[in-house]
Amino acid sequence: MRKSNIVLLILLAVVAALPLVGGPYALRLGTIACMYAILALSWNVVGGFAGYPSFATAAFFGFGAYTTGVLLGKGLPLWLGVVISAVAALLVTAALGAALLRLRGHYFAIASLSLVEVLRELVNNATDLTGGGMGLNIPLVSGFGVLAEAMFFFYAMWILLLLTALMVMAVAGSKLGFGLACIRQNETASSMVGLNTTLYKSIAFGLSACFVSAAGGVYAAWVHYIDPSDVFDILYSVKPIVMALMGGLGSPLGVACGAFLYLGLEEVVWRNYIQFHTGVLGLIIVLLLLFLPHGLISLRPANLWRRVKHV
Amino acid sequence: MHAAQILVNAVVLGCLYACIAIGFSLVWGVLNVINLIHGSFIVLGAYLAFGLYNALHISPWYSVAVAAPLFFVLGYLLQRLLLNRVITAPVLVTLTLTFGLDLILNNAMIYFFKADYRKLMLTPSLGSVSIFDVVVPVDRLIATVSALALTGVLYLLLRRSRVGRAIVAVRLDRDAAVLMGVDVKSIYAIAFGLGAALAGCAGVLMALIFPISPLTSSGYLGKAFVVCVLGGLGSVSGALAGGLLLALVEGIGSTFFGPAHATTLSFILLIIFLILRPQGLLGRKGFE
Repeated sequence: MRKSNIVLLILLAVVAALPLVGGPYALRLGTIACMYAILALSWNVVGGFAGYPSFATAAFFGFGAYTTGVLLGKGLPLWLGVVISAVAALLVTAALGAALLRLRGHYFAIASLSLVEVLRELVNNATDLTGGGMGLNIPLVSGFGVLAEAMFFFYAMWILLLLTALMVMAVAGSKLGFGLACIRQNETASSMVGLNTTLYKSIAFGLSACFVSAAGGVYAAWVHYIDPSDVFDILYSVKPIVMALMGGLGSPLGVACGAFLYLGLEEVVWRNYIQFHTGVLGLIIVLLLLFLPHGLISLRPANLWRRVKHV
Repeated sequence: MHAAQILVNAVVLGCLYACIAIGFSLVWGVLNVINLIHGSFIVLGAYLAFGLYNALHISPWYSVAVAAPLFFVLGYLLQRLLLNRVITAPVLVTLTLTFGLDLILNNAMIYFFKADYRKLMLTPSLGSVSIFDVVVPVDRLIATVSALALTGVLYLLLRRSRVGRAIVAVRLDRDAAVLMGVDVKSIYAIAFGLGAALAGCAGVLMALIFPISPLTSSGYLGKAFVVCVLGGLGSVSGALAGGLLLALVEGIGSTFFGPAHATTLSFILLIIFLILRPQGLLGRKGFE
């Protein structure tokens, strides 16, 4: 196992110890941190490994949130609802991917973006099932106290994060990861040497969807109320990309660190500049892309030294 | 007669859609950048028309002349100072950069203009004309004609002027254009400036018809996406064809399935087109 993967697992273990020191606020932040890391790591499979600019994360998230929400409303237990949403997302997305992933570059970006719009409008209009624009109330899962519930959802999200991280590491170290790297570098050439690029890309797309969908399910049960403009928010598609760019594209450790750092920034900005928080977020994105295009992972002391020498 | 009314509505709306999309299509075609700030430029143009009319009583059709140079300079500077630095980077980087810029501009507009919906009310109002049973409001008619005129100006500019030919050359083959002595960086900036100017003018025209709010920017952007893909990227005629097709589909769709499903229908059409005919209805490689 590579060194950075071990560091990532240690980092996750540290996050798991959060409830020992923090109160309800820290638990809430921790839950969101795990959720963001799931989104960013999942996006990394298709965006970082295969190099496809996917903007479909919000579609997966909303899909999971609504699938779980509706199933919970029918009286299913939470774990079953989440598992069903994850499996459904995996299958649906892999099938969709076979069609959408024939597009490259800008066209794929737009197709994935419109996937979010289509799903949002479908949910908006299927009022009987989803409540439409009025949103969906989700029954309380349990009768235990507020703090215990916060603890429960924190660990639920954390376990999902752990599974996502293990999945990403497994992909990175496997033949699939190697194939995706080939596709990123030169898709035509890799298909010429006998790589089934459609299959590989579809699997990657499906894997990038299933944990995001599960996270959406846990989120829905956690907040008890979802509506289309909330869970199909296009920012859920963009934030993981910013996190990945922040941490360093393609590196699981970098991406996870990027997610945590992003959450920290977002929280500080949100608290201090309530009127300007999206503007400040935009400013961070612009500065980051202009001055640190390879992410934080490029800020290793060795690299800094090299850069100085280079100058 | 019902069918005629739907058809006329579609043509009117389609020309406006083409006007929304054409600047976006130019930037995408020439610079290979998906310009997510386009929607906010349109809204900013609408606010310009609103402000000029309410403060100085300048009619929106004169505001077009104010908006065009203003937005051209804005776009030119934006490209020169920021976008040119990452223009060679992968899709993801330029896309995310324009998204960041859009967040900044949109937040600034919400802060200064508030998120309330406003409407430019012409006094006295222009009323509407009816031929047989087909009714068309005059302000819509004027906006449509102006949109067509703007489209025509861009077409002539690209076709006849030196700069226009250089823009087309860069779109066709960047490297060959460099070898012919074209200054690609300044052509990029001019193309982006033109895109911004068209967005600003489109915004001025939209102010005549639609309510104005920073929240409407993503709607305009979505229309621009769909029109570009339907019609074919980076050509004036393609944008017109895409705009008309989209307006027709939306008109017929909302008649038969109800207006709630019009957006869904247009995006499903977009995905089908992307998969089956990514070059669009009139797609060709050259820009005119």
